[in-house]
Amino acid sequence: MKYIGIDIGSTASKVCILRDGEKPVFEVIPTGWNSKITAGNIRNDIEARFGGLDDAMVVATGYGRISVEYANKVITEISCHGKGGYEMIGRDCSIIDIGGQDTKFINVTKGKAVDFLMNDKCAAGTGKFIEVMANRLGLTIDEIFDLARTGIAIPISSLCTVFAESEVVNYMGEGRAKEDLAAGVIESVASKVYNLVQRKSLQDTVIITGGLSNNEYFAEQLSEKLGQTVIPMEDGRFAGAYGAALFARDIK
Amino acid sequence: MADNQKMWGELGMNLELHDQLCAVLPGAVGDVFMSQENRPEKMDFFDMVLADVHGIRPAELIEFKKNGGKVFGTFCAYVPDEVIFAAGGIATGLCAGSQFWVPGGERYLPANTCPLIKAMLGARFDRTCPFYRTADMYIGENTCDGKKKAYEILGTDVPLHIMDLPQMKRDVDREKWAYEIKELIKVVEKETGNKVTEENLAQWIKNVNAKRTALKRLYDLRKSAKAPISGTDTLLVSQIAYYDDPQRFTQMTNILCDELEQRVADGVDVAPGAKRILVSGTPMAIPNWKMHNIIETSGGVVVCEETCTGTRYFENNVDESGKTMDEMIQNIANRYMGINCACFTPNEGRFDDVIRLAKEYNVDGVIDIHLKFCQTYDIEGYTLAQRLEQAGIKMLSIETDYTDNDASQIKTRVEAFIETLE
Repeated sequence: MKYIGIDIGSTASKVCILRDGEKPVFEVIPTGWNSKITAGNIRNDIEARFGGLDDAMVVATGYGRISVEYANKVITEISCHGKGGYEMIGRDCSIIDIGGQDTKFINVTKGKAVDFLMNDKCAAGTGKFIEVMANRLGLTIDEIFDLARTGIAIPISSLCTVFAESEVVNYMGEGRAKEDLAAGVIESVASKVYNLVQRKSLQDTVIITGGLSNNEYFAEQLSEKLGQTVIPMEDGRFAGAYGAALFARDIK
Repeated sequence: MADNQKMWGELGMNLELHDQLCAVLPGAVGDVFMSQENRPEKMDFFDMVLADVHGIRPAELIEFKKNGGKVFGTFCAYVPDEVIFAAGGIATGLCAGSQFWVPGGERYLPANTCPLIKAMLGARFDRTCPFYRTADMYIGENTCDGKKKAYEILGTDVPLHIMDLPQMKRDVDREKWAYEIKELIKVVEKETGNKVTEENLAQWIKNVNAKRTALKRLYDLRKSAKAPISGTDTLLVSQIAYYDDPQRFTQMTNILCDELEQRVADGVDVAPGAKRILVSGTPMAIPNWKMHNIIETSGGVVVCEETCTGTRYFENNVDESGKTMDEMIQNIANRYMGINCACFTPNEGRFDDVIRLAKEYNVDGVIDIHLKFCQTYDIEGYTLAQRLEQAGIKMLSIETDYTDNDASQIKTRVEAFIETLE
């Protein structure tokens, strides 16, 4: 049997294939503009490399989950990140998931997502914000983090991505150093995450999943804000897909 | 339909714009109501009222006016229908639940005003609602700051009387509300030319109590472990309560309840396996069915609403023992001051209500929903979350408006919440 988790995110689509007695296999592709086409491509890829879906159980998650027409079950990314993150760290934890269009906070107790929050005001504090700002500064995502390390953060106060962009443009007009702006952008995301999380109580273990999960600099920034060690996860971006595959294994 | 067009034209409505509104309704009704399985047959009356929402009832109101009757438009569960009907007038709710009216309201109001208030002004000034056109006079009330100030603008286009609602619940406030009711009596007496007699008022206290009792009966049936009716259908009944003829509404709701009683006896369940949800928060004016539709297509069934289009509208009857005018008025005041709206402080009664209802209806979780920019309910969400946590009841908080652009994000949140209730 194969147990397949498919996480169609707003930016990237992640796949996890679980086979009895083998390590999980993770794949990632850009989601593109049409989730149905992406889901079809994923299916073709799985069939070519791992054989047909006759002996498979598929769980779909992520914002494009309903586009995976061949899924046996659809489960939200909250539950999947909770389950996948728990398996990855091996104990109960709080999970901060920085996604492409939203940021989630999940408390996991006894291996299950029991409580969560999502940013609902706008894209500030999400991966999209960093993407927009990196573009504005002419940097890639990796570059903006590397540069931020060397800068002194300029406070960016706007709550909204569009206004924050105007704010950054103003600073650019003043001729501020790029590294200071880069540091300001990352600091602002960490602040937004802190504002979201402070409404809930944190568990002893805090991990990051989603697109920024393996970014040590971001984990350091977040640890500072929260006053608690935040653990970056090497395969954290696959936590949702992994959780979905684990749920697929539970389907009776 | 041709008759309706003629009537709308005579009401001075913007027919072209109104046609656009009418064009979206059948699709919305099909998606939200007709797609449900195993609906009670006696919803047919309410479906009919909805299908011709701008036709049947406005025609009745116009007929009433032709014979010299006066129609009063109201916006809030605190305004006592009893005294308006006792003066021989008709009270009708003015709904403001559609995004269609919001841009019209934004011409007059700041963008960060709640959609209900924007829609209220849009419906009036765009001339696209026959109820807003038919009413001879509006009865407003000082609840939140947004409504209070918006009434000042609304009042430039239509006669408007404001009731000054107290914001605390001391004895002096209940006496103050009784005074405001006396003022309202004077206003409706002058407008209608009729006297509010003791006999009429006693009769209308009974009539409106009967209407509330019918709604209470409907809600009590939802306490059954198997849901005999969906939350979406019940919400429609609650919305229609605001503007249909009260005695006909009472009769039709009781007929629906007869069927539901049989369904409970037969073990009919419209949502087998669904998680039982209590919705709390801001009013859901017709045609706002957004959150009920999302919840009930995400593995939940709404079994109770702690809202103005729910328990706040019908819980507690007016004491019928009053003999004199003053006694009756004070009894009416006491009943309405028992409603727990977030414009009051302190408002512990509302938190107690939510916890009590969560237990009475044996819910799996509470979804607290407030309209965007509704500051009072938004702020109360903090204390409500704490109180529910202490009571061991799970809560999800949702802020939304009348648009559909956040529907898929909200659906994710609601589905995830329901998954945590497993």
